[in-house]
Amino acid sequence: MKAFQGRVVAPGEVRAEAVVSHGGLNTLASFQKALQFGDKTATCGDQNNPDLYGRQMAGKALCLPQTIGSTTGGLVLYCACAMGRQPACMLFSRPIDSLAGAGVIIADVWLKDSKMPVVDSLGEEFLNYVKEGMTVTVKEGGVVEVE
Amino acid sequence: MQLTKEQQQILDGGKGEVMAKVMETVIRYGELFGAGRLVPVTSKYNHLVTSFGLKMMTPVFDLMQQLIDAGVMSEQKFSADPRPLDPKVPKNFLQNLIFNKFMYSKQSFYEDQLQKLGLMDQDAFTCTCYMDAVGNKPGKGDVLSWAESSAVVYANSVLGARCNRNSGIIDIMGSIAGYVPEFGLLTDEGRKASWIVEIKTTKKPEAQLLGSAIGMKVMEDVPYVKGLDQWIGTELDDAACSYLKDFGAATASNGAVGLYHIDHLTPEAKEMGEALIREDARVYVIDDAELQRVYDSYPVIWKNLDAKPKLCFMGCPHMSLEQLKTWTDRVEKGLAEAGNKKVVIPTVFTAAPAVIKEFEATEYAARLKATGVILSYICPLMYMNNPLCGKMPVITSSNKLRTYTTARYYTDDEILAQITKGGAKA
Repeated sequence: MKAFQGRVVAPGEVRAEAVVSHGGLNTLASFQKALQFGDKTATCGDQNNPDLYGRQMAGKALCLPQTIGSTTGGLVLYCACAMGRQPACMLFSRPIDSLAGAGVIIADVWLKDSKMPVVDSLGEEFLNYVKEGMTVTVKEGGVVEVE
Repeated sequence: MQLTKEQQQILDGGKGEVMAKVMETVIRYGELFGAGRLVPVTSKYNHLVTSFGLKMMTPVFDLMQQLIDAGVMSEQKFSADPRPLDPKVPKNFLQNLIFNKFMYSKQSFYEDQLQKLGLMDQDAFTCTCYMDAVGNKPGKGDVLSWAESSAVVYANSVLGARCNRNSGIIDIMGSIAGYVPEFGLLTDEGRKASWIVEIKTTKKPEAQLLGSAIGMKVMEDVPYVKGLDQWIGTELDDAACSYLKDFGAATASNGAVGLYHIDHLTPEAKEMGEALIREDARVYVIDDAELQRVYDSYPVIWKNLDAKPKLCFMGCPHMSLEQLKTWTDRVEKGLAEAGNKKVVIPTVFTAAPAVIKEFEATEYAARLKATGVILSYICPLMYMNNPLCGKMPVITSSNKLRTYTTARYYTDDEILAQITKGGAKA
């Protein structure tokens, strides 16, 4: 087990199985099909992301460097949260980007029951260490344990 | 964050609960990125990325309705991304059913919401709102609250405006608040380049391929591109602007670039030159082999790799007037060489409604129509995003469309050969 310290973007505690994207997560490309066509597991539809393509994202600890791509990214994330198809948590190795940051803040301000803890700035070592299928625990204060 | 008395009063509910939430959203968004203050939005118009009445966006429509019901409106009018449907674009019975009855069943409802919220006019639907004919073209130094990655990167880089890569919803929140948080690309420091890109190709690089290579390499960083001026010149004429439109869209969709500088060409690079480059900037050299490597790396997810294309889309982002004219000439010439009268693959060129009107007033319009090419205001990306199109062999020279859909990428020359002769060889 190893613990990493990051910055709390959205508070909360959760324990979930990791899915890992070593490249940037294209939010629109990843979530669109799942949200549009009733896939409650939110299967990643981004053909350009070999780490995540075809993997379930809903309910998982989504570990990533940042999000990329279309500026619909934040609202797609907001929709995923509103529809209950969001990851259990999002864990960024880098400081969060403006699209994901927007989605997280909009969900936190405008949705009553959006529970998706988000921690950023966990460092490159975090993304090197965490592997798909590992158990990730998000604790208070931005502590993330991986085992 | 340091707030003015007026901003604090709004946050405290002085203009109602919904307006307070709008202000809270903008402030918390800024705090996340270390913004010390909010600065006024100074552009005449805003631009929204959300134009499509997709059923999956019901949570967004609910939020918009809260704004409308509370009378919380922006003082700015706005343009919005392209419409997802156009009867002129070929579709079969099933597609028609799915588009109208299922996917975009909220289109009329959402367009009505946009009208209430301040749409510029009922044809203000395009991702290239900065075209002269459309009229939403910010000036140098203007502070924007735009979203739409291709428009933001163009406004920052080619027009010298200042805008972060805002997400949808944040775009309208900043516009309603009248303020955006000052961080990132709104600051002088944030506009400095942390990558030097050296172009060492033996011919003019394909805009969409070059942008893709740079986007995938630098991700969200600012690149300073050297050596491109030898291929596209040192003046922002129509051809250079069209090139940069496509180049920028690829940097933004294949990576997360919000601003690039082109040595001797874009406004800040012309003014400040290499003073825009950070001391610790990394170097990325692009030659013919690197572009080929990037091209070869694109996955093709058609079930049958040898399938005959059923549709070709050009214009993601929407084509400029200059591109429509140039491509009319190219298609005519290609057809003449091949001994064909009309394109051999159903082909759709897309452009802003106002640009289409401008084009239709020229002699080129009848000539393009005679080639069989369909001219549409549609958003190819939104058209493509459904299971039926996913199975359809569609080709494009747009790297943005390739990234978000199952469309297969070809260079401009290959696309020309495909649609005029059949087969990708020029």
